[in-house]
Amino acid sequence: MEINNNQLLRFTTAGSVDDGKSTLIGRLLYDSKSIFEDQLDSVSKTSAKKGHNGVDLALFTDGLKDEREQGITIDVAYRYFTTPKRKFIIADTPGHIQYTRNMVTGASTANAAVILIDARHGVIEQTKRHSFIASLLNIPHLIVCINKMDLVDYSEEIYNSIITQFEEFSSKLITKDVCFIPISALLGDNVVNYSKNMDWYHEGTLLSVLENLHISSDINKIDARFPVQTVLRPQSEEYRDYRGYAGRIASGIYRVGDEVAVLPSGFQSKIKSINTGEHEIQEAYAPMSVSITLEDDIDVSRGNMIVRKNNQPEMEQEFDVMLCWLANEAAKSRAKYTIVHTSHEERAIIKDVVYKMDINTFERDSEDSNLSMNDIARVKIRTTRRMMLDAYRDNRNTGSIILIDESTNETVAAGMVV
Amino acid sequence: MSKYYLNYLDELESEAIYILREVWAQFENPVILFSGGKDSILVTHLAKKAFYPSKIPFALMHVDTGHNFPETIQFRNDLVKKLDVKLIVGSVQKSIDQGRVAEERGKNATRNSLQITTLLDAIEENKIDCAIGGGRRDEEKARAKERFFSHRDDFGQWDPKNQRPELWNILNGKHFEGEHFRAFPISNWTEMDVWNYIKRENISIPSLYFAHEREVVFRSNSWIPVSDYLNLEESEQIEKKKIRFRTLGDITITGGIESQADNLDKIVQEVSAMRKTERGDRSDDKRSETAMEDRKKQGYF
Repeated sequence: MEINNNQLLRFTTAGSVDDGKSTLIGRLLYDSKSIFEDQLDSVSKTSAKKGHNGVDLALFTDGLKDEREQGITIDVAYRYFTTPKRKFIIADTPGHIQYTRNMVTGASTANAAVILIDARHGVIEQTKRHSFIASLLNIPHLIVCINKMDLVDYSEEIYNSIITQFEEFSSKLITKDVCFIPISALLGDNVVNYSKNMDWYHEGTLLSVLENLHISSDINKIDARFPVQTVLRPQSEEYRDYRGYAGRIASGIYRVGDEVAVLPSGFQSKIKSINTGEHEIQEAYAPMSVSITLEDDIDVSRGNMIVRKNNQPEMEQEFDVMLCWLANEAAKSRAKYTIVHTSHEERAIIKDVVYKMDINTFERDSEDSNLSMNDIARVKIRTTRRMMLDAYRDNRNTGSIILIDESTNETVAAGMVV
Repeated sequence: MSKYYLNYLDELESEAIYILREVWAQFENPVILFSGGKDSILVTHLAKKAFYPSKIPFALMHVDTGHNFPETIQFRNDLVKKLDVKLIVGSVQKSIDQGRVAEERGKNATRNSLQITTLLDAIEENKIDCAIGGGRRDEEKARAKERFFSHRDDFGQWDPKNQRPELWNILNGKHFEGEHFRAFPISNWTEMDVWNYIKRENISIPSLYFAHEREVVFRSNSWIPVSDYLNLEESEQIEKKKIRFRTLGDITITGGIESQADNLDKIVQEVSAMRKTERGDRSDDKRSETAMEDRKKQGYF
């Protein structure tokens, strides 16, 4: 497999206080030498104050005052480290059921999800919930770490039985790339350095797996989708007739000369030029931010999408999404919400709740149609005008929507087009 | 197909440009908070790229503590002229004169936290609905929780426990009158990324970042520059040292480090070998465990 140096890899870790998530992140940062002296000093002092022997690695991920006091993670926190091969962004999310919304948030942009299983307890409800969310959000790679191997005598038998447990339920998930690693975050086995205690394990450490995941194909490079964010119209003599359509390519590749259509109008033209800043380029691809000019003078504005003539998204006014309800307040039936899809906004109602998903058992409940915080359900949405949609499993950027409550301006739901 | 991927600096750049364009599209009257430090210079550079060939559609807003490095002010004025953008200055001195805030007393007195009032006043006075900042999540644990689009209530306060979830690349900047947003386009950059990018793009930055001779005193483990605003203790001795600054803030609280790095190559090399965080030399963060979180909740940058 080819290793692309210097790429950016985003991954999410979900877990609760007890399964060693904070310790694992602390271990990754510490062993990859991403901890600075003053951070180490401060954590050593706090560790001593709390009566720990040595450095409590979990303290490196300490956050807000309330979180420190309660020893829990409330909100998504982002951590960074770099190795000679890659830059990593960790979305560190809380794992309790009441924080499903944060897990969904952290998962939405991740290339990979790291799922922790306590070797003493095997697959539990929480494992299934985390895996389900990772799969629902279509995270391309799943890394299952069987942690606390030191507490089960580094037993290969226990490790294998947990893999079997996991595979029993994971056949229902859509994530194809799944791997397993036996680790001890506390002692450092197979996190950054190879374990001397598990000579039966021959695959990579967690860090080497993260460094070598093939992520170039994680973004759809087939279907060209360019949502227009804003139109650049310079006020200078030199650029009097310039109309540049500024945006970030959501998927696919664009070249100068491509025959394109502008949606929703359907007007056609050709790409005249592509710019990144002052540089003119011949070809651009996701996720580049560029500005595009067209041969013809047609009406293009924010919320429009420039696509290739022969490869267009579905234009729908009524469609199904898997919706995750994020707000404290429950969904109001037939209330109007603002729906946002790429740079395009319309008004929408939730027409029908098809079924609710029990994220612990994967069972569908078509009787209950109430949506409250952390619920996940398949719903029918109707919008005032047509949306330019792809299925989420084909395209994370053009298959995702959010709903905003017009009375509070809060983001109340996130949806994935089915 | 394999060549169709971005390296991490290009991806960070593309993300920041996307956020800057969203700010422009979603707000009426956004500004860039400009301190003259490398992060706000970087944001300004990215804004130039985001809107080329148009000029930057944002004014630069400087919250001036009055305790500046003269070099920073010179740099600011030159840049504003070069980019042909509007400059808004919020003056802490004016806030003091008007009795809005009172000067701190004592040896470590600074105007750092006084900036909050001046900043919020300037935002209200100029009807600003989005202030773009150069804050990065790697800087400090409270900043690790920041959104790209971060909501402030009509008192300018941040409620970290009740933030809007930000999914995929969809940013929700909807707000009521009187409320405003802070936008952080370089959230995902680390100090190392910033330096690597400054070097790659050859972005000009104030001379203070390069090693130079300066009169300093040793205080709280770093070299504090001698200035008219520094209250010298009897035991403290003025020395001449070759130093440079890793961050630029108020001249009274920004400590320098001894360094020979007098060009970008050497700085990148030096930063990659650093064993201390850059804010470790900022006495504003040393006051307590939650110094940044407390200030941010009140409306700090």
